[in-house]
Amino acid sequence: MTTPTVELKLPILPNMELIATQTADIIANHMHLSEEQAGEITMALIEACINAFEHSKTDGNVFIHFIIEEDSLVVKVIDLGIGFDKTKVEIPKIENKIGKDERKRGWGLQLIQELMDSVEFESNADGTTVTMKKNIKQ
Amino acid sequence: MSSFIKNTKEVNQIVIIETDGYLNKEGGEAIAAICYEKIKAGQVKFLINMATTKVVNSIGVSILIEIIEKLQEVDGKIGYYNLAPIVSKTFNIMGLTKYSTVFSTEEEALVDL
Repeated sequence: MTTPTVELKLPILPNMELIATQTADIIANHMHLSEEQAGEITMALIEACINAFEHSKTDGNVFIHFIIEEDSLVVKVIDLGIGFDKTKVEIPKIENKIGKDERKRGWGLQLIQELMDSVEFESNADGTTVTMKKNIKQ
Repeated sequence: MSSFIKNTKEVNQIVIIETDGYLNKEGGEAIAAICYEKIKAGQVKFLINMATTKVVNSIGVSILIEIIEKLQEVDGKIGYYNLAPIVSKTFNIMGLTKYSTVFSTEEEALVDL
């Protein structure tokens, strides 16, 4: 049997990430995930979508794949933009932002990594795929 | 007023802002606009009631960091209550709880802010 997968194609328009989160809620409910896990997936998904919308520098679409595995949910956020170098992304700290000139934004990757059980980034000049996994707690 | 702002009131010289819906960039800016206006008028204590804000993004929350920074200049304070668990967790990860306070209820917030 093939792994059940839900695929979305989102245009880069304001708040389109909420379509992805509504789908994630339905899938989390189907998988009997806890409210805590569902919330973590929602938040990580919002951040991954916003990163794709803002940083891919493309007018195209962002693709979301929800792969429903027996013991986990895998969410892939795929854009066909210019890619990014993760090693150049600094880990944000509020102490470095408050009272200083530094921009207050830049929390997306940190949140994704804190909220999901595993995260992989594949990025090159043809686009970026963020693969996030949430294990089902028994 | 933005539809994100459901209500604004003042209790014991504390400005209470009740939000509704997604705290994104526009939502954060709507909160900031009220706070900055009230700071100009001499108010320095703010509470955000987020009972019906179940979803946030880091851009909206980053604007709360800007408000915290502005409040430091006037020896002010900001707190939040009625947070969804994931919103509370997000505030923790981003470090907001080092510079502002999450309360369980309005009553607790009004006493302890």
